[in-house]
Amino acid sequence: MAKCPTKVADSFNVGLGERKAIYLYFDQGIPSVMTIDEDNCRYFATGKCKVCEKMCKKGAVDFEQKDHRVSLDVGAIILATGLSVMDPTPLTQYGYGRIPNVITGLEYERLINATGPTGGHLLRPSDGELAHRVGFVQCAGSRDLNHCDYCSSVCCMYSIKDAMLGREHDPESVSHIFHTDLRNVGKWFQRYQIRGEEEYGIKFVRGRIAEIQHGPADNPVLWYEDTRTREVASLEVDLVVLATAALPSLDAKELAGTLGVKVDRYGFVLTDDATPSSTNVKGIYACGFCKGPCDIPESVAQASAAASSASTRVLGNK
Amino acid sequence: MEELRIGVFICNCGTNIAGFLDATDVSDYSRGLPGVVFSRENLYSCSEAGVSDIKSAIVENKLNRVIVAACTPRTHEPTFRATCEDAGLNPFFFEFVNIREHVSWVHKKEREAATRKARDLVRMAVARAALLEPQTPIEASVIRRAVVIGGGISGLTAARELARKGIDVVLIERERKLGGLVSGLYVLGPVPRDARAYVASLVADVRKDRRIRIMTGATVERIGGYIGSYMVGVRSRGKASEIDCGAIVVATGAVPLKPEGVFGYDGKKVISLFEFQDRLRKGKLRGRRFVMITCAGARDRERIYCSRICCGSAIKDALLVKELDPGSSVHILYRDLMCYGVENEGILRAAKEAGIRFVSYSKDAPPVVEDGVVRVEGDVMGEELAIDADVVVLASPLVADEGASELSKMLKVPLDADRFFLEAHVKLRPIDFATDGIFVCGTARWPATTRECAEQALGAAARASIPLLAGRVEVEPAVAVLGDEDLCRGCGMCAALCPYGAIEIVETDSGEKASMIEVACKGCGTCAATCYMRAITMVHYTDDQLRSQVNVAFEEQATRAGGAVAEPGAAAPTGAGGSK
Repeated sequence: MAKCPTKVADSFNVGLGERKAIYLYFDQGIPSVMTIDEDNCRYFATGKCKVCEKMCKKGAVDFEQKDHRVSLDVGAIILATGLSVMDPTPLTQYGYGRIPNVITGLEYERLINATGPTGGHLLRPSDGELAHRVGFVQCAGSRDLNHCDYCSSVCCMYSIKDAMLGREHDPESVSHIFHTDLRNVGKWFQRYQIRGEEEYGIKFVRGRIAEIQHGPADNPVLWYEDTRTREVASLEVDLVVLATAALPSLDAKELAGTLGVKVDRYGFVLTDDATPSSTNVKGIYACGFCKGPCDIPESVAQASAAASSASTRVLGNK
Repeated sequence: MEELRIGVFICNCGTNIAGFLDATDVSDYSRGLPGVVFSRENLYSCSEAGVSDIKSAIVENKLNRVIVAACTPRTHEPTFRATCEDAGLNPFFFEFVNIREHVSWVHKKEREAATRKARDLVRMAVARAALLEPQTPIEASVIRRAVVIGGGISGLTAARELARKGIDVVLIERERKLGGLVSGLYVLGPVPRDARAYVASLVADVRKDRRIRIMTGATVERIGGYIGSYMVGVRSRGKASEIDCGAIVVATGAVPLKPEGVFGYDGKKVISLFEFQDRLRKGKLRGRRFVMITCAGARDRERIYCSRICCGSAIKDALLVKELDPGSSVHILYRDLMCYGVENEGILRAAKEAGIRFVSYSKDAPPVVEDGVVRVEGDVMGEELAIDADVVVLASPLVADEGASELSKMLKVPLDADRFFLEAHVKLRPIDFATDGIFVCGTARWPATTRECAEQALGAAARASIPLLAGRVEVEPAVAVLGDEDLCRGCGMCAALCPYGAIEIVETDSGEKASMIEVACKGCGTCAATCYMRAITMVHYTDDQLRSQVNVAFEEQATRAGGAVAEPGAAAPTGAGGSK
């Protein structure tokens, strides 16, 4: 990997860092095996290079490897295809892609992560300076009749968590969270929210952001109406984080079509409330975000539920 | 004796650990400790790369003791024990040190002291590791029968699912009728569904399944045993019986708070949401002007939590009213509308389209209910509204069942601060208890919609079915044994104090003696601490092992006080420490 001459944007770091054309998906990725990105590898493009093959003492690089089709006879299938996030570029009022220091929640996650492109320091894209003042914009595309009219369910909590992480890394960090309803409904979530406010100094502002302007020194300026005080105000920050809407994974609809599984108009797999892991197709079950927004404990419980339905069928009792 | 070859691995946990203490220093320091032949830092010890690194280090350096200083054994001890086993080492030659929860997370602003503490803990682990002995897990057989406690929708769903897997089930319900809370409801949400028809179909399925034995009017009186072999003592309609089973599912539900003393509740004109549903169902709802108030008794000082389902339930009921009488007026006064997900947000939009009015109020200026009128400081408008109301409906939270406390003691599983059952891990093991063989689902765990209850119930059935279908379980061998039978005087103090009923006094040729039931023992050590003859030994936590840790803990402090040992970072053995 070290000798590979080709650098490409690292998709795991949502494009924030670079990786080589031969790469590990990420440090804790499973399986922990290098892979070659055929689209960007110099050998596949020009027929020359193979530096990695020459360097590898164990002879583990094989350019002749081909994709192959596998047929499996199974008694049950479980769909657990998860989610993707909305590209916020169409939300032009927020200036994503136009104002350099407006990023998404996922990008923030990579920046604040020790193995991320900045080693866990919240360095903003425009100048690599540490961002102290952060504005979190909730419902970016969610609960929005023009985009996703549903609630993505997990953003209120992850924004609070992100703001807390910011403060832990940098005692001078001040986060404002601009929200509509704060939907922290899970076990102990209210306590978490209170802790965020009292111990981490998070400022909660009830109001949707109307517009983000490109301010001086590339600082984003948030314009909003605080619906508690009924005042229109603006706030200049170092960095804006958009809690972008969560969508079904990109090929979920296609997969559902192949399998004959019914999905709703957004592409989430439809199941019945009484038999919540069974799809309309006998023997095909679903769990997690592919059925609709849900958090980690819900996903884990649903995964056990789908495993139960599948195993009951495979064990031959129903 | 075999030469000691201890390996020490210091986990950085990204910056979780290394951000707050000098992990390099701790690693270098540990290399100078007696018996240590190898030490290394890992970025993430638990990752596949970290694990394979540890594995190859064991083989290459012929390590016979392994210490990982990382996070909590609750999630990762099994990982590293398995790593040792894979490398051909007995897993009980592994010793875990928690330098995250016990050090870096709690000493975030004291880097030097944190580093020193991590050194102390590693030194203590090294001392103990030297005395570790190989162990083999205790195997026990599993009775292929489950007891499900609670006959509401969660318990019914779990029982039906277990029976479908070929497992015998005993379903225990406190009331004389099955169905629980939902059987008293009218229409379920967010997708409208007839509550009684749903319960009836579940009950019918359960009744016709010959694998399920139903006990109604039954209370659990005592519970003993352990995974694979629990005994549940039940009193049903006056008659006591004992049920042997391999696993237990707790599905005892929650109860709606009767909002006495909140917003002028009187049970007539100011009623709870559940009473409102009841009137709707019976066609006895009078009035045309309704005001609903959410968070009635929730998200306040007494009950900090949000009960998750009240907003959705209130909106669903408001829509029912509008359907019955489109000319009626419904106001919903709220703090935050908890319409998470696709369907809840969907009914919120439908409610707005149907002309239901939403007024947000602040916690500091709650609505005031007077006779026939509700006054509220609508914080979006900034004006006080006086809303006429024929009926005021209070959406109050679900609260933990009073019986939960007693049941938790019998099961020896914990409750949380809100008196709901506390699972093994709130994020990663939401339907397991820390105690093996006991599982939880539905509103006994936390308020949930019927769909979420059904999901958890299926999940709990899956979890319970794993040992039940396997027929055998392995139990941790860190248990109490009668190390020296001659010393035991059969006084019975240990048996009286054992919280798990794992000790009995038996008659032997040399008089009365304690006898341990290994699989029932949880290794808490109460008996060993009590035994004044020191006849009881804790396997894997022997007196010698613990004493060795304590001794070295104080040794170092003594030398440190004398200034003989360099401070961390000043002159670590390889000089690498303190370079940051």
